Amino acid sequence: MPNYIDRRLNPKDKSLSNRQRFLKRARGELKRIINDRVRTGRISDVDADQTVPVPARGTSEPHFQHDHETGQREHVLPGNKAYIAGDRIRKPQGGAGGASSDPSDSGDMEDDFRFVLSREEVLDLFFEDLELPDLVKLNLKEVVSFKPRRAGYAISGAPTNINIARTMRNSFGRRIALHRPSRQDVEALEQEIAKLDQQPGDKVKERLEKLREELDRLNRRRRVISYVDPLDIRFNRFEQQPLPNANAVMFCLMDVSGSMGEREKDLAKRFFVLLHLFLKRRYERTDVVFIRHTHEAQEVDEETFFYSTQSGGTIVSTALEEMLRVIQERYPSNEWNIYAAQASDGDNMSEDSRHCVAMLDQEIMRLCQYYAYVEIIDERESDIFRATENGTSLWRAYRIVAERWQNFQMTRIAGPSDIYPVFHQLFAKQSQKGS
Amino acid sequence: MAAKPGIHSGGSKLLFESSDWNFETLSRTYDAIEEVALGDLHLDVYPNQMEIISSEQMLDAYASIGMPLMYRHWSFGKHFVNEELQYRKGRRGLAYELVINSNPCIVYLMEENTMAMQALVTAHAAFGHNHFFKNNYLFQQWTDASAILDYMEFAKNYIARCEEKHGLAAVEAILDAAHAVMDHGVFRYRRTPRLSFERERERTRERQEYEERSFNDLWRTLPERKDVPADEETEQEVLERKRVLKLPEENLLYFLEKNSPLLKPWEREILRIVRVIAQYFYPQRQTKVMNEGCATFVHYTIMNMLFDRGRVSEGTMLEILQSHSNVVFQPDFDDPRYGYMNPYALGFAMMQDIQRICTEPTAEDRDWFPGMAGNGDWRGTLLDAWANHRDESFILQYLSPNLIRKMHLFVLADDATESEYEVAAIHDERGYEKVRSSLARNLDVGANQPDIQVVDVDLRGDRKLRLQHTVHEGVLLSEEARDATLRHIRRLWGYDVSLVGVDAQSNAVLYEVSAEEA
Repeated sequence: MPNYIDRRLNPKDKSLSNRQRFLKRARGELKRIINDRVRTGRISDVDADQTVPVPARGTSEPHFQHDHETGQREHVLPGNKAYIAGDRIRKPQGGAGGASSDPSDSGDMEDDFRFVLSREEVLDLFFEDLELPDLVKLNLKEVVSFKPRRAGYAISGAPTNINIARTMRNSFGRRIALHRPSRQDVEALEQEIAKLDQQPGDKVKERLEKLREELDRLNRRRRVISYVDPLDIRFNRFEQQPLPNANAVMFCLMDVSGSMGEREKDLAKRFFVLLHLFLKRRYERTDVVFIRHTHEAQEVDEETFFYSTQSGGTIVSTALEEMLRVIQERYPSNEWNIYAAQASDGDNMSEDSRHCVAMLDQEIMRLCQYYAYVEIIDERESDIFRATENGTSLWRAYRIVAERWQNFQMTRIAGPSDIYPVFHQLFAKQSQKGS
Repeated sequence: MAAKPGIHSGGSKLLFESSDWNFETLSRTYDAIEEVALGDLHLDVYPNQMEIISSEQMLDAYASIGMPLMYRHWSFGKHFVNEELQYRKGRRGLAYELVINSNPCIVYLMEENTMAMQALVTAHAAFGHNHFFKNNYLFQQWTDASAILDYMEFAKNYIARCEEKHGLAAVEAILDAAHAVMDHGVFRYRRTPRLSFERERERTRERQEYEERSFNDLWRTLPERKDVPADEETEQEVLERKRVLKLPEENLLYFLEKNSPLLKPWEREILRIVRVIAQYFYPQRQTKVMNEGCATFVHYTIMNMLFDRGRVSEGTMLEILQSHSNVVFQPDFDDPRYGYMNPYALGFAMMQDIQRICTEPTAEDRDWFPGMAGNGDWRGTLLDAWANHRDESFILQYLSPNLIRKMHLFVLADDATESEYEVAAIHDERGYEKVRSSLARNLDVGANQPDIQVVDVDLRGDRKLRLQHTVHEGVLLSEEARDATLRHIRRLWGYDVSLVGVDAQSNAVLYEVSAEEA
């Protein structure tokens, strides 16, 4: 009879720390892969498990091994059908044919495999690259709803909130402290009086007198010291606890008119990816609404948003109108945190820019948590534009809004390297002002 | 199902009927298997410790090369993500069991196994592998089954302590480098036994006594030789140096551990740990065919005996045979499923063949195996083979023409410079010897590994470590891996390292590379 040991309940993740060490080692390479994915993949795909190839750099385990392309060797194979000694067989092309693998082949480097990175690992890698260490902690001003929550006791309140147990406890303590005669005491006295009443005699009468006096005293005391005093009453106290609104919707507005090329769209997209992830880490539910516009705006799906082209002029206000329509239809602002990010190259008719300002000022900024305007400029222009107050018609117009509303931010992006700093700047500023 | 009448009238009842196992049926079955294994097959095993584990734990065990305790290193994590993915994708099943060469012998059983499978793997691992571990000469010589678990415990803690003390990165660098030469960290041949401390002291004392006795002050007055320049080494000195360093040395890890000028004591200890583990696994690599063949033969024989005695039902037997034939399935070379010679199939077939030769030999067998043909004692013959061979010698000794014909084995000569293979031998009279020796050589771990040795080092000069790769049959090293490995060796040695490829026949230098300070 052997020793049977049930190990099934032992800790399972023995390899976890080795896995983490491996990821740490492969970090640089994995980061590059993830970043590539972000650029070429769908936005929401970033936020999922990812299958990645194991990067060879940094994680190879070299050892001396024979080069199978050199020298002479002999293979012993099973299942000969028709060969006789001396036959010559053409080698399969491409090397890895059936006949060329012998036992010593199989133990060699198997670096060419893929494995799954969990969502958290992907996000870690992604955010690490963008160096957004405490982004999640940043304080976005958000719409809060309130929910009452029990918080101790109060001495005033509505009768429905009376806490019976606590009240009775107080009353009991007070009754003991003040020596309120109990009902039993009174009843015992009454009984004795009734008994003595039957008996004749002076001595009895005298005693009866005393007892009646005592009974009067007790009854008076019982009246004066009430059973439950207003002093005893306690109410359940409720506090209005702010409840972070768990829903967020992000509006991605993008100008897709002719002037927005691949480069501009790519930059815009990266920005949207970040924003999306940021919101998703913070909120239970994040909807994304894609609105693209030329001289007219329409709500589209992600695919169309990023990949299909449309030509036409530029009227930015159409996008804002579309956004308002969607908000009214589906995202009431008391239930949703509304974020908007707009990307454009800044070209707009000055007439329309003024219209945009008016719309933002009067309606949209009241509904939005946050509105970020990102202007994508040519790298050659970046030196000219970055510091100056000058800019495109939309830029100049939006500056008016930015001065009036704290939660309106605007910035310019010239190249991929700008995205993180810009993103950080947009949110960092918000937290400083907000706090 | 009713028990067969007539056999074992007393204990002839089924060990289990449902396919679910519990600890009671497990131990009842274990006892029945043990009875057959020890009583009928005369196996000799370490005490078993059976452990039930889940699939996650099996994956964990895979990743730490099968050891229950292992130090931490990223490469195990890499293997883990690989195994895990293969398993999750359903591309590869997990082993039904895992067995560790230790005393007591630890056998892991998967919880998912049916009772029939548990019986099968108990016979396979707890008796087949266990017997092999305990009795094979390689394991007896090179591994210490009763100490390995304690040693792994020590290794794990030691490396963890080093990580705390010297930092993760430093330890990782040493381990990376040590792993790179792990294959060259084993002793292939027994060395002269090291003198015990007392003997060593004794010898020093004797020598001193002798010197004192034969001291003669006059020797001091002899003039020194002047004709040899002081800085030029004589052949004598080179020989002397090589003798002191015990060169050439094929155990690179050992050499580095003992002689590297720069390593700190804890780094040497880590090299030693890696070396000990490499040495521990070396016998297993040399006996794949025999080890698996032995275990497969044992489980097949035991389960059949139990069936004959009516202890297992037909249904159970069918399940066992199904699984058994999967294990010993050997696709033909032109089958898309063909990957390599299946060690289970080859080992099992050879052992069955030995059984046949012992009991029902043909005239041919009597020619080839006069010693054992018809001796009737297949148990004794197999026990002897299991104890005294490794794969290479086992094939050379026991692969019969009959089996070569049965498996249709043939030899392909493969010259990398030509575009065609040549069929060198097939399963005919002229080919048997050739097939046998080629297969034996293919299974010889020593011959399949690059032959690299430390040949020289100048400890007084530039301290360059010279390695020599003896090139057999013109097979060179993969260059990228070679250079990367050399860089690792350089890290361990601390000074430049060079590698010379020398042809085994002509002694011609084929290549020379060196890893120098970056």
